[in-house]
Amino acid sequence: MADYNRKNMALLSSKTKAALLGPLNKNNPVLVQVLGICSVLAVTSKLEPSIVMAISVTLVVAFGNVIISLLRKSIPNRIRIIVQLVVVASLVTIVSEVLKAFAYDVNKQLSVFVGLIVTNCILMGRLEAFALGNGPWPSFLDGIGNGLGYGWILIVVGFFRELLGSGTLMGHQVIPQAFYDAGYQDNGLMMLAPMAILLVACIIWVHRAVNKELQEETN
Amino acid sequence: MEAISLIVRSIFVDNMIFAYFLGMCSFLAVSKDVKTAMGLGIAVTFVLVITLPINYLLENYVLKAGALAWLGDDFANVDLSVFSLLIFIAIIASFTQIVEMVIERFSPALYSSLGIFLPLIAVNCAILGGSLFMQQREFPNIGMATAYGFGSGIGWLLAIVGMAAIREKLEYSNVPKPLKGLGIAFIITALMALGFMSFAGIDM
Repeated sequence: MADYNRKNMALLSSKTKAALLGPLNKNNPVLVQVLGICSVLAVTSKLEPSIVMAISVTLVVAFGNVIISLLRKSIPNRIRIIVQLVVVASLVTIVSEVLKAFAYDVNKQLSVFVGLIVTNCILMGRLEAFALGNGPWPSFLDGIGNGLGYGWILIVVGFFRELLGSGTLMGHQVIPQAFYDAGYQDNGLMMLAPMAILLVACIIWVHRAVNKELQEETN
Repeated sequence: MEAISLIVRSIFVDNMIFAYFLGMCSFLAVSKDVKTAMGLGIAVTFVLVITLPINYLLENYVLKAGALAWLGDDFANVDLSVFSLLIFIAIIASFTQIVEMVIERFSPALYSSLGIFLPLIAVNCAILGGSLFMQQREFPNIGMATAYGFGSGIGWLLAIVGMAAIREKLEYSNVPKPLKGLGIAFIITALMALGFMSFAGIDM
């Protein structure tokens, strides 16, 4: 009985835990559900914008989920997409204004991609699939989970692209000068967008080699 | 002449998919056969060509700082650009709805094969991206904005049809198991994008 109580009292029951942790691995929005690819590829040429983007998306998904979840009983089914877009667009506008005020340089680098969070399929996907059918707290965790699942891909790709492409991390030189003196050169190709896709393909390769049940039968 | 140059640039050099990776979700998911890819490509082009001029007018006569000056001097300092995202997405969502209704009426087969991706054109980043780039680049007139929309749409169509054609052939090849499906599609996209980068030097 005590055990049962503890289970109910806990902030994270098994269901909410799945909502939080599933998207990090087996149910990853980018690697498995193929959502939100555009921004993964476009903003990851440096580590810093990748991190900022990851945080922004996580916040927008989490709070968008909460708001839609609170409104879910009063939204008429037919106009739900427009309602969702309006909620998301307002949140993104707030994020964009905050970035403009406190991180102007990063905001410049992200250019239109902050605005494009609105059309990030992860958002619509989670609002449609989760927030419309669940309470605010699980929805919040689901949003955080999906934002982080998306964020770690972004950060991994950004890490490798900045390291190999310009030899820096967060703008600090990490590859020692001795390497360059010995003939090492930065791989300029890494700064180009196609390499981001190749990196994601490599992550998918590793991820599916580990999780065999995700492999597809046909090409 | 300028417009033609802009169209060619936006098809090849600034290709929505290969240069900016906009609209990747549907690009990867609907590129399994050429016919469906063609249908979606045409739908995307259509929505882009319609929404870009509308958003251009809204941007220049309603939203931009000082754009409301035609209402009188009182409005000369009004800056509504904060709302541009909201307005753009609302325009796009309503036009997607219209396109959806038209396709359902005239081509039920295409309608059922596009499935969920038809309403998702509303959240296709290529389309909102088009409007946002239009805002950023400050085109001189509505003709240029339309030309940009047309070029971007054709570029997107070209990319998704090419991708679909390659994937149809890929059925017969022996791909490493973990790479099957999504993985190999990513690698093909990367190689195609590298190919498209050779257009970067073109200047009309």
